[in-house]
Amino acid sequence: MKKHNFLAALLFVLPALLIYCFYFVYPIPASAYYSLFRWNGISPQKLYLGFGNWVKLVQDELFWKSLTNNLILVVASIVIQLPMALALGLLISSQLRGARLFKLLYFIPMMLSAVAIGITWKFIYEPNFGLLNGGLRLFGLDSLARGWLGEPRLALAAVIATICWQFIPFYMVIFAAALAGIPQELLEAAYIDGASPAVSFFRITLPLLRNTIRTAAILSLTGSLKYFGLIYVMTEGGPDHATELLATYMYKQAFTGFRMGYGSTVAVFMFLISFLLTVLVLRLGKREAVYA
Amino acid sequence: MLRSGNPVASRVLIYLLAVIWVVITIYPLIFLVQNSFKTSTEFFMGDVWTLPGRFSLANYQKVWATHFARFLANSLFVVSISLLILLLAGSSAAFGLSRIRFRLSGFFYYLFVGGLTIPVHITLIPVYIITRNLGIYDTLWALVGPFVAFNMPVAVFVLASFMADIPASLEEAGYIDGASRFQVFWNIVLPISRPAVTAVGIYNAVILWNEFIFPLVLINSTWKRPLTLALWNFQGEFSADVPAMMAALLLSMLPLLIFYAVTKERLIEGLVAGAIKG
Repeated sequence: MKKHNFLAALLFVLPALLIYCFYFVYPIPASAYYSLFRWNGISPQKLYLGFGNWVKLVQDELFWKSLTNNLILVVASIVIQLPMALALGLLISSQLRGARLFKLLYFIPMMLSAVAIGITWKFIYEPNFGLLNGGLRLFGLDSLARGWLGEPRLALAAVIATICWQFIPFYMVIFAAALAGIPQELLEAAYIDGASPAVSFFRITLPLLRNTIRTAAILSLTGSLKYFGLIYVMTEGGPDHATELLATYMYKQAFTGFRMGYGSTVAVFMFLISFLLTVLVLRLGKREAVYA
Repeated sequence: MLRSGNPVASRVLIYLLAVIWVVITIYPLIFLVQNSFKTSTEFFMGDVWTLPGRFSLANYQKVWATHFARFLANSLFVVSISLLILLLAGSSAAFGLSRIRFRLSGFFYYLFVGGLTIPVHITLIPVYIITRNLGIYDTLWALVGPFVAFNMPVAVFVLASFMADIPASLEEAGYIDGASRFQVFWNIVLPISRPAVTAVGIYNAVILWNEFIFPLVLINSTWKRPLTLALWNFQGEFSADVPAMMAALLLSMLPLLIFYAVTKERLIEGLVAGAIKG
């Protein structure tokens, strides 16, 4: 007996809709609008530039650098996080004694804020008293000790390692949940037929995880495009923009340089690229699903 | 998954890997604990591996004296108000969208759910300007609107998909008894949806507690800082006092770690459910 009543339904939806439109929907065209101006965000005067900011964006080397770093981060996140998460997921869903304790311990990083993690890892990477160099010295590897976040060549890799530390447990739990859904009889049948654990993993488990892997990849993709807090806290995009991402670049343009117009341009670009990539992945996902 | 009957060697190897990952996960925190009790001189003179000469709480007292309690209260205030509004408005909207058939319901649904993949950065500048124009810049209220709006897509999505599966007979019984739509929502559908509401609540409590970019953009004065922003600013204050900074880090981590210790798997499931749906 669903009652057909537009007005009644609207009353239920309205509070959420108003807040959502005011703070989330309206800002999207507003940003697109601001991207047409040179504006510091405070003065009543905005200078109309047409597509001037967009031309500047295309010619802006730092923008391209941020985009490249961001894409490296996307790929590295997927390629490193997902396999390790799957391995740990297998581990915690095995009948290993203590599996539950391992799971609870592994998940701890997900409880910590990006700010807390960022500062902690700054201390780990610190050249003089940092934990990592301390560990290297302990094993007599003094020659490997260095300022991990200070060297442009290393900083991005160091930051990626921290991101993996934080998010691997998250994907681990997703995989563990999916593994729990695999019918035990399938694996038992394979075992009886004499399949080695490796064979049953690659022939049974992995194909059945296909949808989960796709979901995890999408989450990792959209997440990596939005990274801000951790990187901003650890390096502020430095040294020499080596860890600059779209989000940090956008933030700095808008809120430390007070170039709100140009900042909006970068923001609109971020919006467009995550939209495009998500649609692309969803499409690819759908096509595969048809063949499967 | 792993069959018994595996050779002992592979069992040992698996344990070894499991323990190595525990060390990787936990050691950064032990490193903080161990060094947060040291004096600054002791820290810089000694080795990161050594234990403190004596367990002094001086660093913790120093951090607490920065009005840490105030920052904690700020976070609690903003997170609970936002969460309350989010859960009320979100479940009400989910009810309207999933339990009442009306024109445009599909449109509204996709309007909400479409927000799931959108990066917050596109809204940052307009939200900053709206907040200034409303005259609430640099107040805790500035955070409530964005906190609610940004988590609305996931709340509506999870709640609406849960509510859609509730059998219609339960509602019908209510309508036959003469209950109004609101009564059906409040007395029948909402109580049944408790697992979903809890999951959304847990997920968003963690997300909001750890939120950083909106406080960074919308809060300026020391007194208004939520915990994450305060922690970020401590870096300047304690730049020469690493052990004190470590104490601040641990103190800031404590509330959610306690929350986790109490909720355990329920928190994990809530977080993962929120994210997968989202």
